[in-house]
Amino acid sequence: MTTAAARRLAMHNKRKRTNLMALTLSLLAMSFGLVWLVWILFETVRLGIGGLAWSVFTEMTPPPQAEIGGLANAIFGSVVMVSLATALGTPIGILAGVYLAEYGQKGWLGSLTRFINDILLSAPSIVIGLFIYAVVVARLKSFSGFAGVLALALIVIPVVIRTTENMLALIPNALREAAYALGTPKWKVIYSVTLKAARAGVVTGVLLALARISGETAPLLFTALSNQFWTSDLSQPMASLPVTIFKFAMSPYENWQKLAWAGVFLITLGVLALNILARVLFRNKH
Amino acid sequence: MDARVELPVGEKIKLSVRDLDFYYGSFQALKRINLDIPEHKVTAFIGPSGCGKSTLLRCFNRMFELYPEQRAEGQVLLDGEDVLHSKLDVSLIRAKIGMVFQKPTPFPMSIYDNIAFGVRLFEPLPRVEMDERVEWALKKAALWNEVKDKLGQSGSGLSGGQQQRLCIARGIAIKPEVLLLDEPCSALDPISTGKIEELIHELKTDYTVVIVTHNMQQAARCSDYTAYMYIGDLIEFGPTTELFMKPKKRDTEDYITGRFG
Repeated sequence: MTTAAARRLAMHNKRKRTNLMALTLSLLAMSFGLVWLVWILFETVRLGIGGLAWSVFTEMTPPPQAEIGGLANAIFGSVVMVSLATALGTPIGILAGVYLAEYGQKGWLGSLTRFINDILLSAPSIVIGLFIYAVVVARLKSFSGFAGVLALALIVIPVVIRTTENMLALIPNALREAAYALGTPKWKVIYSVTLKAARAGVVTGVLLALARISGETAPLLFTALSNQFWTSDLSQPMASLPVTIFKFAMSPYENWQKLAWAGVFLITLGVLALNILARVLFRNKH
Repeated sequence: MDARVELPVGEKIKLSVRDLDFYYGSFQALKRINLDIPEHKVTAFIGPSGCGKSTLLRCFNRMFELYPEQRAEGQVLLDGEDVLHSKLDVSLIRAKIGMVFQKPTPFPMSIYDNIAFGVRLFEPLPRVEMDERVEWALKKAALWNEVKDKLGQSGSGLSGGQQQRLCIARGIAIKPEVLLLDEPCSALDPISTGKIEELIHELKTDYTVVIVTHNMQQAARCSDYTAYMYIGDLIEFGPTTELFMKPKKRDTEDYITGRFG
């Protein structure tokens, strides 16, 4: 064998060893993450199913040590507040994201908005809860479902802005040029071509935001507070799953603890179902 | 350098370029271009990479305006009307001067809607007429037979060559007067390229076609007139056979014989 061929083989073997090492490390890192995830899911299902009964959906949150009781008011409150917050935050987030990606890439307003949005994105949710407490709850002198919706919407907005902007930035300029070349006005290019091409990513962003606020406790503690009874009046304090779980899981009462697990299970299942649904709906459509 | 030539008698001028300078920021990419493009003919721009042939093409429909650092000075006349300084909305100019790009760019919608999209911008056709227009455009682009049974499917599911013909169909569906083709075959295989070259040949009966290509054989095969450009200058312009058989300038000869470029 010539020296050149021998050197090449040596290099090749070295590369193979490096590759094997990197692969092993990646697999280890992945399994480290997966172990906890599977464990969490397993415990949630194991303990959650035990607490699950039909009464969970029909009965109100019970007093300590009561025989029967459920989470009906908390489930309803969560569904209402999470949907309203998403409905409020999504259009604002998408519009702002479109502005950043299509209009304000370079201008000072775009850079400023992007900077502020980054701060908002990483702001601890308890700060947002306190902010709404200060400007809404303290002023109106009442905890309310509305305040909860506002706090949750403030968490949705930056997530949606960021994903919308990123997804639009991934759309190649060639596609925009092709649309402009037909004489398409800018708003129509964005609405019918770029936003449509980025649709799957934008929807994923909304879902991420929805999943995140479904489990948020801190921003609801000072805003919607909680409520032992059924209410559909958003100007009243409103129960929610995360706050109920927080309250019940820390208690010494067994019936409360069981319901807390059932609540955890329901949130996990709900978020999972939404994700699967969206994936199916937006799969391979143009 | 002035390479302006008188077009042969009988040719009607569709597009005229007058003293056109073009800048990317402070870099000058086109220098005093003067050129007359005849109607219902295929005009090819050839030259090495970076010579400004695509840039010149993008002046005709003001595509460069999407990028604030780019600017053009001079005139581009379409039937005597200055395109660059027109009071008309740029959308109306682009409706008259269609463009097809290097890479196929199907819109994220069905094949039918890809064609109907541009038409809907300017003509609110009833359904039946729209169907006819879509069929007409797809037939013109020699794509109808391949897609007539799947008009509702996504345009991105087609092969590269089919996608490019879809883009050509989309461009002619709005019935422009001029069709600009910016290296339309560079991402395609030889068979698709052959189909598109045939298509270009047929299109000139209805449209004035301007094609940018880095493939000299392609220019020789499918154009009536050819312009040779080099680093922002128009070196030579004339009937394709003349330019290839007996070029007037030494630079042109060097390039087309492969001594350079």
